Amino acid sequence: MMKRFVYINDDSSQNLYCDNRISNRKYTILNFLPKNLWEQFRRFMNQYFLLIACLQLWSLITPVNPASTWGPLIIIFAVSATKEAWDDYNRYLSDKQANEKEVWVVKDGIRKHIKAQDIHVGNIVWLRENDEVPCDLVLIGTSEPQGICYVETAALDGETDLKTRVLPSSCIGLTPEQLHKIKGVIECPNPDKDIRRFDSNMRLFPPFIDNDLCPLTIDNTLLQSCYLRNTEWACGVAVYTGNETKLGMSRGVPEPKLTAVDAMIDKLTGAIFLFQIVVVIVLGFAGNIWKDTEARKQWYAQYPEDGPWYELLVIPLRFELLCSIMIPISLKVSLDLVKSIYAKFIDWDEEMYDHETMTAPHAANTAISEDLGQVEYILTDKTGTLTENKMSFRRCCINGTFYGNESGDALKDVELLNAVINNVPDVIRFLTIMTICNTVVPVRSMSGNILYKAQSQDEDALVNAAARLHMVLISKNGNSLEINFNGKLIHYEILDTLEFTSERKRMSVVVKDSEDGKILLLSKGADEAILPLSYAGQQIRPFVDAVDQYAQLGLRTLCLGWRELKDDEYKDWSQAFKEARSTLVNREWKLDEVCQRLEHDLEVIGVTAVEDQLQDGVPETIETLRKAGINFWMLTGDKQKTAIQIALLCNFISSEPRGQLLFINGKTEDEVLRSLERVLLTMKITSSEPKDLAFVVDGWALEIILKQYRSVFTELAILSRTAICCRVTPSQKAQLVELLKSCDYRTLAIGDGGNDVRMIQNADIGVGISGREGLQAARAADYSIGKFRFLKRLILVHGRYSYNRTAFLSQYSFYKSLLICFIQIFFSFFSGVSGTSLFNSISLMAYNVFYTSVPVLTVVLDKDLTEKTVMQNPQILFYCQAGRLLNPSTFAGWFGRSLYHALVVFLITVHAYADEKSEMEQLSMVALSGCIWLQAFVVTIEMNSFTIFHHLAIWGNLLCFYGLNLMISAIPSAGLYTIMFRLCRQPSYWITLFLITVVGMGPVLALKYFRYTYRSSAINILQQAERSRVATFSIRDLDSQLKSIEKDVGSLASRNKFKSSVYEPLITDSPTATRRAVGPSAFDFLQPAQSRDDQNAGLLEIVCMLTE
Amino acid sequence: MNVPTADPALEADAAVERKKKSKKPKYSRFTQQELPACKPLLTPTIVISTFALIGILFIPIGLASLSASENVVEIVYRYDTECIPQQSQDDKVAFIQSSATDKTCRTTLTVPKNMKAPVHIYYELYNFYQNHRRYVKNRNDKQLRSKEYELETTNCAPEATTVDGSPIVPCGLIAWSLFNDTYSFAIQNKAIEVNKKNIAWQSDKDEKFGSDVYPKNFQQGGLIGGAKLNESIPLSEQEDLIVWMRTAALPQFRKLYGRIETDLVANEQISVTIQNNYNTYSFEGEKKLVLSTTSWIGGKNDFLGVAYLTVGSLCLFLALAFIVLYLLKPRTLGDPSYLSWNRNPDRH
Repeated sequence: MMKRFVYINDDSSQNLYCDNRISNRKYTILNFLPKNLWEQFRRFMNQYFLLIACLQLWSLITPVNPASTWGPLIIIFAVSATKEAWDDYNRYLSDKQANEKEVWVVKDGIRKHIKAQDIHVGNIVWLRENDEVPCDLVLIGTSEPQGICYVETAALDGETDLKTRVLPSSCIGLTPEQLHKIKGVIECPNPDKDIRRFDSNMRLFPPFIDNDLCPLTIDNTLLQSCYLRNTEWACGVAVYTGNETKLGMSRGVPEPKLTAVDAMIDKLTGAIFLFQIVVVIVLGFAGNIWKDTEARKQWYAQYPEDGPWYELLVIPLRFELLCSIMIPISLKVSLDLVKSIYAKFIDWDEEMYDHETMTAPHAANTAISEDLGQVEYILTDKTGTLTENKMSFRRCCINGTFYGNESGDALKDVELLNAVINNVPDVIRFLTIMTICNTVVPVRSMSGNILYKAQSQDEDALVNAAARLHMVLISKNGNSLEINFNGKLIHYEILDTLEFTSERKRMSVVVKDSEDGKILLLSKGADEAILPLSYAGQQIRPFVDAVDQYAQLGLRTLCLGWRELKDDEYKDWSQAFKEARSTLVNREWKLDEVCQRLEHDLEVIGVTAVEDQLQDGVPETIETLRKAGINFWMLTGDKQKTAIQIALLCNFISSEPRGQLLFINGKTEDEVLRSLERVLLTMKITSSEPKDLAFVVDGWALEIILKQYRSVFTELAILSRTAICCRVTPSQKAQLVELLKSCDYRTLAIGDGGNDVRMIQNADIGVGISGREGLQAARAADYSIGKFRFLKRLILVHGRYSYNRTAFLSQYSFYKSLLICFIQIFFSFFSGVSGTSLFNSISLMAYNVFYTSVPVLTVVLDKDLTEKTVMQNPQILFYCQAGRLLNPSTFAGWFGRSLYHALVVFLITVHAYADEKSEMEQLSMVALSGCIWLQAFVVTIEMNSFTIFHHLAIWGNLLCFYGLNLMISAIPSAGLYTIMFRLCRQPSYWITLFLITVVGMGPVLALKYFRYTYRSSAINILQQAERSRVATFSIRDLDSQLKSIEKDVGSLASRNKFKSSVYEPLITDSPTATRRAVGPSAFDFLQPAQSRDDQNAGLLEIVCMLTE
Repeated sequence: MNVPTADPALEADAAVERKKKSKKPKYSRFTQQELPACKPLLTPTIVISTFALIGILFIPIGLASLSASENVVEIVYRYDTECIPQQSQDDKVAFIQSSATDKTCRTTLTVPKNMKAPVHIYYELYNFYQNHRRYVKNRNDKQLRSKEYELETTNCAPEATTVDGSPIVPCGLIAWSLFNDTYSFAIQNKAIEVNKKNIAWQSDKDEKFGSDVYPKNFQQGGLIGGAKLNESIPLSEQEDLIVWMRTAALPQFRKLYGRIETDLVANEQISVTIQNNYNTYSFEGEKKLVLSTTSWIGGKNDFLGVAYLTVGSLCLFLALAFIVLYLLKPRTLGDPSYLSWNRNPDRH
């Protein structure tokens, strides 16, 4: 292992490592341009546009002015470069502020004020109360005699409670004067980003302290960006500086997430690119042939007999340039724009504002809103996500006596109160363990009340409950601990703390009773981690029963146990523990092993049961989302019974006989495999029955499964709509996400705590609940919300709208680009396949960037159904999930529509403006006007709701088109001079445009109407229902209907999913197609099947594509 | 007591709370996506009446356009083959390219109906690609506009400069290939005056072609294209050139040659004398002489009228069809029983 040696207060070695200059900048002034350009050009689209723009510089082949591509390209690049530069400048400013902050550092034995950036490794840094820690320090001195100090780590991990940091044992008691002269060496690992571990050692040099190796942990450090609180001063040795601090190392750019919609758009772009190549090759060939056979006869063109060597390439390249507009340059910009607006809508949403905790929803990732509408699996944490994570002590069982069973609240149980008053030893012991065996920090507030700062809500609940039972934890200073029991002060000395880890699932403390000097081991932990440690002969049956009984009620249980240690035993062990703590390699594992040596032969004394209330609206949310066809998996660290109980409470699973739980368990690989296969078989057999099946697996079995039987499990995962995974570790949560992702499912992970971070980061969409366990999850997440119930709105409203809007916007962008490109292609047949552009450069540029981009942006305000309707009919989300609105089929529809419209525009223009009117500029302007009119009506007919913005953008844009062109027509040097004035005066111009519009839109309207009325999709029906007057009645009616059959739907929705369903076009709502898409009993969006033969269906499809 | 009595952490908490409070979204109808919106439905009433309305609107417009177009009197005479003497029919190109042959060609046209003045004279070319990529850009607008840009001949190759390098004005292939057939008309041996003034757009004469730009070195190279220009007349007055240089977008086009300012009476015999100079024979082009009156819709073009009538009647038909369909298969809009999830799955 790579190590670094930090020599305290030694100037000679300080230059080995970097200074404390923080730099978050991505660029410098010099490398900005090349680096930024390089980054931008790594995208295929940008490379493509650059190539096109460069080709256009060759005047022989360019059909238009190069400015028509360079202009938009430069604007796009400039916008994103400016954004980057601005962000980077802001980073520079904040870096500068941090770097130039004055700090106290010991230099030559004297404290000096220097800039934070000049701190070197080995320097001693002094901090005052409320100072920010400038780099990672090892604490060597504080103002508190107990050798502790308090830090707030919110900037690092988001946890707002104060944490205690302790001096390394060898530094306790040093005076400030000594601290100025201290020398020594710290042996620590090379910088890493793990903010939970710092496995190192310190050795102080004589004459200060005996030459003893002193282990250091994360508890001895002050990390960069934390704040010193409640401590007058503290000082520490800089071990990691600058960008090598824990914070600096963990600062990474997360991989950008690509939504399914983006992936689809990329695919379609690729397809269009291929199409373009084909067109270019075909037209290039045709052009060369025409040139050789016909053009040479056209004497007025004066084709030279021998051209240059590249002559054969000229015409294909011209067509390449002419067709380059097939891929809309504005698409990326429009998409970025609308996506950031979707994100803003989430941030602004008042209905997702949590008034209780005053948290607003936030979309940290602005690019993936569409994915919210396509979620298929939700993996949810339990504690804090489904529940409040607001624990309250409800019941307990002390040595076989149950308390709180009648009233449901042990704190009100008279028997327990009496037992406390009567000093029943077991009860006292029980309370003592509740009070001492934890990491809670009592803080006295200004009013004199004692507040408990706890990282674990369970511990908080236990300590508070003990306080209500008259055993009050008053203070905890370093090693000494004070308890007030019934007015009597009791002192304890904490000798060692055997910390909680998710592997051990228990924690213990070794304390010395100051009165009688007895050394006690107090443990608490999960039942399976404590009960096996009981001394031989103890009856653990009552405890097992208690745990069972409590778990049935959905309570969280902890078992408490203790034993007295003999002095020698403790001494021996303590030595081993110390050694283990100071190892650098495998420290965690060694500690684990040493702890086990002490934790045995416990006298189990009782079981605590803590209630964690369900959050408001959780059952409704799960029910609604389940109806929307989303599958739920619960991943929890809690035990099986509690998890199942909570799952029942929140509609996650149904109770018998409607639902059935299938357990996968076993201790050995064989057992697990057998159990797994049995479950899979049951699942397959019963998949047609209307029964809610769910499998339950625990962490142990899951470990084996993920290692050995992945494929079988994957099969099961596909079949199962519900799963409960208990006792899972953070990494298993992440693996499950990966597993579902590998089956091509869109996953959403939601959680609230640090243990959910990995799952959140791995999932397609990570949602964090800004909960009581800090903001860690919310920070790592793409979206953070205050409560689980907002998820419903996030998915059904924001996700669905975003998907619908992007689906329209992207396909429309291709439609309008293809439209103008097809016209160019048709024109080439009338211009000797020579690659002449019908449109002039200005028109082409303005068409793409302006005329057709502005109206469609109003799609961000479009709503096909009201939010209320969607919430009432969540099944409608299916359209988004299956990608029914954006897939190759719908795209083919748009492609067909653009082809049809291009034909209409071109043929009508050419015929109406034939003979003496066929002047180039006029004809091109007529065709352009035709396109502009058509696109305005296409946007109109595809929009579902019209706000004032829609009218402004659509009709205002049409007026702008005329205004702008009339203005250009007034400039004498412009090619368009007087053209627009002439056209506007001609009745035939207007007549032609009306004709184009009606011929272009008539069939679209007719087919849309036909489908809307006679082949209506569920969306159409709901639209009709919510908007027609009959509907107010029907919707209420519908609501009751839905309730009465909700259970059927659950089974209905058990979709046997084939991934091909994504490609099922909306229009093939034919029974066969749907059946293929969603399985035999699933959603069928069409009316009862009329026996239509396939041929008819096919014909209809083709016709529909044109309108779609 | 080592725990400090003052509690900055709490104050900090309060500050965080305040900060959070300010994060509360500002409610507005825009931010909540609740702007008042109208949500039109494709109800049968709306759709059927739209189609009916379009039909009712289109048929009269169609009739008006058609009658306007029908009222236009047009005489079209294709002369490219007929103006080649019998003995040269086998090698038309040689005939047209020879400077020795007499290219005068006479014919008589009958006026079918009364033609009110002004009667426009067009020449029509077919299979002539004025929009060819090599041709359409082969001009220099700057040079045409002003004398100071006389030397500006970019885009004009190969008709940019003479062999010795002095610029050709007007340069480029378009000007070089200027149409040079001429027509003269007579009725009963009395010549009809052809007004060749104001055949070009006034805007072109004022702005696009300079009044100080005179033809120079034009048609003096080895290869003679089309017409020659009078070097003493500025370009702004060379209306034939201006008309020619308004390039046509299609390979079949008509260009204004002049106007006859007198009415022509039905059944009058017009004798036409054509100087058949322009070579369309190399590329199997056609040349036509067109005499035509105009209407509000332009020249004779039935397309718009016919299209309007067709589309109008189709719309009426669709409206009818939808009505019939509506009566035969009435559907309650928005009936939730059509929703798949409201139907009993067993029925499938």
